[in-house]
Amino acid sequence: MSGYLTGVLVVLAFNVMAAYAVYLPLAAGQLNLGIAGFMAIGAYASAFLTNEYGWPMWAAIPFGSALAGLMGVLIGIPVLRTHGIYLAMATFALGQVISAVFLNLEVVGGAAGYPVSDYATPGVVWAAAAGVVVLMLYVSRTRFALCLTAVKSDPTVADLLGVSVRGMQVAAFALGAAVAGFGGGLYAHHYNFVEAQHFNVLLSVFTVLYVLFGGTQTVWGPLVGAAFFTLVPEVLRASDQWRYAVFAAFIILFMAVRPQGLVTASLLRIFRRRRVTP
Amino acid sequence: MLAQQIVNGLMLGAIYMLVAVAFTLAIGVLNFLNFSLPGLFMVGGMVSFGMMKLGWPWFLAFAVALLAAAFISLLVERLAYRRMQSGDPEVPLVSSLGFLVLLENLVLIQYGSDQQAFPALLPDMNFRFGGLVIGMAQVASLAVSLGLVFWLSRFLAATNAGRRIRTVAESRETALLMGIDIARLVPQLFVASALLAAFAGILFAVNYQQVSPFMGEGIGFKGVAAMIVGGMGSIWGAVLGGLLIGLAEVLSISFLGADVVNITVYGLLLLILILRPQGLLGRPASREKL
Repeated sequence: MSGYLTGVLVVLAFNVMAAYAVYLPLAAGQLNLGIAGFMAIGAYASAFLTNEYGWPMWAAIPFGSALAGLMGVLIGIPVLRTHGIYLAMATFALGQVISAVFLNLEVVGGAAGYPVSDYATPGVVWAAAAGVVVLMLYVSRTRFALCLTAVKSDPTVADLLGVSVRGMQVAAFALGAAVAGFGGGLYAHHYNFVEAQHFNVLLSVFTVLYVLFGGTQTVWGPLVGAAFFTLVPEVLRASDQWRYAVFAAFIILFMAVRPQGLVTASLLRIFRRRRVTP
Repeated sequence: MLAQQIVNGLMLGAIYMLVAVAFTLAIGVLNFLNFSLPGLFMVGGMVSFGMMKLGWPWFLAFAVALLAAAFISLLVERLAYRRMQSGDPEVPLVSSLGFLVLLENLVLIQYGSDQQAFPALLPDMNFRFGGLVIGMAQVASLAVSLGLVFWLSRFLAATNAGRRIRTVAESRETALLMGIDIARLVPQLFVASALLAAFAGILFAVNYQQVSPFMGEGIGFKGVAAMIVGGMGSIWGAVLGGLLIGLAEVLSISFLGADVVNITVYGLLLLILILRPQGLLGRPASREKL
């Protein structure tokens, strides 16, 4: 496999993980615009453990992920008191604060960045991304996913039916944060370098863009959205400087025609029917 | 020294204030977090820069920039907002972000990604009060933006058109039943918020004498922060929030260093959201849509 293709597929794997980190809270009706902050927590925590304490990568990355999840619980409890646009803005502010804190943390190199001693091969990254996708497919078939949909569709009714709305919301938020931290930890170990500037608002916002583009009705949406957003700009590379302009124009027109996203529940139903009657 | 920093903070705050008012119009009335506004802010600065580079006089250049912003905003209304009813509430946010990326890249293709020097329009004259140095451009922009906001709040409070806008903000259904032509009012609001954002971009260019295709991002996001700190949908809240954010930014740069800015500014936002989600001057949220 050429180095270029490997590079693109690795970026795809990171984008897929980020997309599911956004998808989980979104499935419970929360727009998280601060996902980059949780990625930064996972990246810096796992890099610090590998560098300073000589932890192996396979222990450090899950630890970083768990830490990001824990932060998700701690921050989620006060932040999830807000709703809708307020919640989106709170997560937005949170992402900014977290990356600014790391930018000023001299223990992990501050603005100069933080080199990481251990290396995760592309194979490891792909396996991890595949693992995240499988986990999400599994979660989407459990009662938990059903509760999330209930909370999203109508919190009052969900509450009346005995679903712990707050619990579900915090759980979805924290799980999303843990997935983001996992992706961040792998990112640090694959590129062997972390800098706080990478985990900026645009990273969070673009991830939300993939997910909504792919569609949030089904669990396949984030995967398709991330693949589309990673691969299509590469294909458009021929028209170099017009690439992003063309791409942005396409997104605007696409969302105007199909606001529910690329993959919808009814689209999947068509495929299923075909499989039954060959 | 401190007084000087406070003055600088208020000047920067005046720019945030206009952007925040633009956002507040879109959120308060239309319930739409319009991410294309930072792009329109940039269009205000960059188009005036481009026109003046072609040798146009400044007032015509500004007029072209404002017209361009108004026109783009109508496109945003058509392609992003009007579709809001049929999909998830987050969808218009995505398309408006698409507009931001599109505008930035179109300007990038035309003018390159470097910062460009914006010509000095006002004579380089400073007022001195005791130890304070206040630039002419700063005073002019603070006065103009305060005047504009004051006029806008009078307009909303006392005219028929203002009453119509407030009715739509209160309840869309009621407004429709009262015979308000929402289909006509909405594009007008889009044009108004676009003009405010583009005007803020022009003021920024005149004040700081530099423009770039990405000038809208940082300022646009701080404008959103200002709007929320002050209270969404409240014009005077946006004014207060804008000035506070400007002050917090300048004071933390001069006393704590430039890297800490995002911690203080967005930390302030986070604190407000947790302690008082409706903002300093806002009313508690009655609707929970995005």
